[in-house]
Amino acid sequence: MNWTPDQPMVSIKDVHKAFGDFEVLKGVSFDVMKGEVICIIGPSGSGKSTLIRCINALNDIQQGSILVEGQEVNDPNLDKLELRKKVGMVFQQYNLFPHKTALQNIMMAPIRVLKRDKKETEELARQLIRKVRLEGKEDSYPGELSGGQQQRVAIARSLAMKPDIMLFDEVTAALDPETVGEVLLTIKELAQDGMTCILVTHEMGFAREVADHIYFTDKGLIIEHGPPKTFFDKAKDPRTKEFLSQIL
Amino acid sequence: MSKPQFKTDLPVLLPAGIRKQHDNFRIRLWHGVALFAFCLFSSGYVFAVEDGAQASALATLVKWIPLLLSGFIFNIVISFCAMALGTFVGTILGLGQISLMPAVKGSSWFVTQFFRNAPWLVLLFFAMFLLPFEFDLGFVVIPFPDWVKAIIGLSLPVMANVSEVVRGAIASLPSGQWEAAESLAYTRRQTLWLIILPQCVKRMLPPWMNLYSILTMATVLASVVGVSEVMTLTGEALAAEGGRTDLLAPFYSFVLLIFFLYCYPIARYTVYLEKKFAVKN
Amino acid sequence: MEAFFEWFRVLYDTTGINLPFLYDSYDRGRMLDGFLTTVQLSVICLFFSVIIGIIGAWLQGSAFTWTRRIVNGYIQLFRNTPPLVQLYFFYFAIGTLLPKVETDWGGQAPMLGSFAWAVISLSFFAGAFNVEIFRSGIEAVPKSTVEAAEALGFTRLQIYMDITLPLAFRVCLPALNNNLVNLVKTTTLAYAIAVPEMLYEANQIWSDNVNVTEMMIFLLIAYFVLVGILVWAMNSWERKLKIPGYG
Repeated sequence: MNWTPDQPMVSIKDVHKAFGDFEVLKGVSFDVMKGEVICIIGPSGSGKSTLIRCINALNDIQQGSILVEGQEVNDPNLDKLELRKKVGMVFQQYNLFPHKTALQNIMMAPIRVLKRDKKETEELARQLIRKVRLEGKEDSYPGELSGGQQQRVAIARSLAMKPDIMLFDEVTAALDPETVGEVLLTIKELAQDGMTCILVTHEMGFAREVADHIYFTDKGLIIEHGPPKTFFDKAKDPRTKEFLSQIL
Repeated sequence: MSKPQFKTDLPVLLPAGIRKQHDNFRIRLWHGVALFAFCLFSSGYVFAVEDGAQASALATLVKWIPLLLSGFIFNIVISFCAMALGTFVGTILGLGQISLMPAVKGSSWFVTQFFRNAPWLVLLFFAMFLLPFEFDLGFVVIPFPDWVKAIIGLSLPVMANVSEVVRGAIASLPSGQWEAAESLAYTRRQTLWLIILPQCVKRMLPPWMNLYSILTMATVLASVVGVSEVMTLTGEALAAEGGRTDLLAPFYSFVLLIFFLYCYPIARYTVYLEKKFAVKN
Repeated sequence: MEAFFEWFRVLYDTTGINLPFLYDSYDRGRMLDGFLTTVQLSVICLFFSVIIGIIGAWLQGSAFTWTRRIVNGYIQLFRNTPPLVQLYFFYFAIGTLLPKVETDWGGQAPMLGSFAWAVISLSFFAGAFNVEIFRSGIEAVPKSTVEAAEALGFTRLQIYMDITLPLAFRVCLPALNNNLVNLVKTTTLAYAIAVPEMLYEANQIWSDNVNVTEMMIFLLIAYFVLVGILVWAMNSWERKLKIPGYG
């Protein structure tokens, strides 16, 4: 099946996922178009993180279909390398490689996985460091950087693979409050550049500002969704209302 | 220019040791016993078939078991005495290592390092040959038989290791404890005895028990210098049977077995204590 | 050089401090041989014990329950029995079971000599500790770091080589150092099966010259220096591998 940019970039249909007897996702469906920014919000334990981890096959699913640019993720013969070239991911705990400098962290995957030229990659990596405003930190080890700085290196590391879609899994949840802003700014700029983004977040203000569409999940189901304005101001479902009243 | 250091909560390099057992299976005591029994019986059986004229290897072993066990009890006695002596001197040495007087601190450190880096067997030789066979106090003469010298020789490395354990345990306590005590006008001595050491005992127990286990296994070294403990008696028993090669495997297996039966429970209990204290802290 | 050695003969004549391994060329040769044997024994055992450790740690991750049980059994056996008895068991019990081989001049000799048995026995002894050290190192690498590499498209082998091993090795190093120092000290046990290592040669010399005190002190210093060099080398290696910002 050939994928064309007018079709959804990510198409999720009736996804079920269980850990043992515990069903985390009970039939979730939605589409993401190219250039769209999607925020998934909801109480903890509602399956948000599991959902986006399924998109790049870190978790497998039991039932349903996930199409990424026409490629079926729920397929035992999936070419994971091909998928992960298209889908970048940033984690809550940054997960930088502690024994490599910031620059090496960014360069490692393009060189080892994509077999790119070393010089070109370094050029790209320096460009990305500038993009995330970390000039001068190229040779610092992760342990020498603050949480916010590490998270920006992690974003640059993902971007170095030139992905079509970026997944952000509660990327500000582990940060000190004063460094949250710099990371959000980086993501915002990325969104403005036209990157397709799927974010799991607790930053409601941020979601309202950058998202094109918001999905609210609870107990493994999407309860309500809509553009930020309608979603935040005119939520209909009582569960959404309750969640928003607690968090805002 | 020094780079700013940030504390991070990145989950890198989790402390080794405090981890979940990913496998429910544990070697239990009976596994070891079963394995040894298998070795013993199989080796005894093979040779018994080969040579019908002599008593079977197993029967011969059974005959000697009481003597070997009495030798093993002697090993335990040596281990107790060396542990007591080593712990006593080692604790003093360990406290010396945190002394505020540079001379005491330096010399304690040196003695600790010197005896820690020396092989146990060399220290045992050291005590065997350089200690007098009796000690004349003027009014009373204390005899130093070989086994007493062995105890002293084995207590030297124990002393050095205990010293390190004590120093390490004290160093591992957060400095806030010292500061809090100081702000309450405790003297250094009071702080040490009333606040620091009671907290250290728990931390010191697992490594101390581990050391005891190592010491117990080292008591067989005394056979090299002629103390009649279990290994010496095993050699004598083998000689008395006329150097039959079919007896070697069962006899040495038996010695391995009794040490395993004694040391393995200690090792398990040490691991249990480590886990228990790790959770509490 | 000769003058330097002769000075110790003078020292002996004037003070009675007898260091024949310095002024006597025969004893000097014996002592040097002993020292080299100890170094050789240590290095070979270090090598094999690390190999055993790596293979054992790998086998412990096996999916087969019995493989893990056998590895665990091996570890517990070798950790909880005296290394000296292990050595005797290997050398006497197993050694006599092996077939004899013809020597060049027609005699019969055991297939493996005492040096070989010392290598086997001590490697298995130290290897048992190394298995657990390596395993705990690999377990200390957070799953999430491995996952991040996975998300970047690394293959399993690449993750193992580029991420897991370099990090695990750094975690292991202090414990590994400790164990290797212990191994060097444990090589003295080879004395018991007449491997001509340093303690054995020193014993020969003091038997001939009746100078136990001097030899004893020399031995203590020699091991102190030997272990000191190893500790220093390993520590500087550890420092070199240290990741800034951690530890």
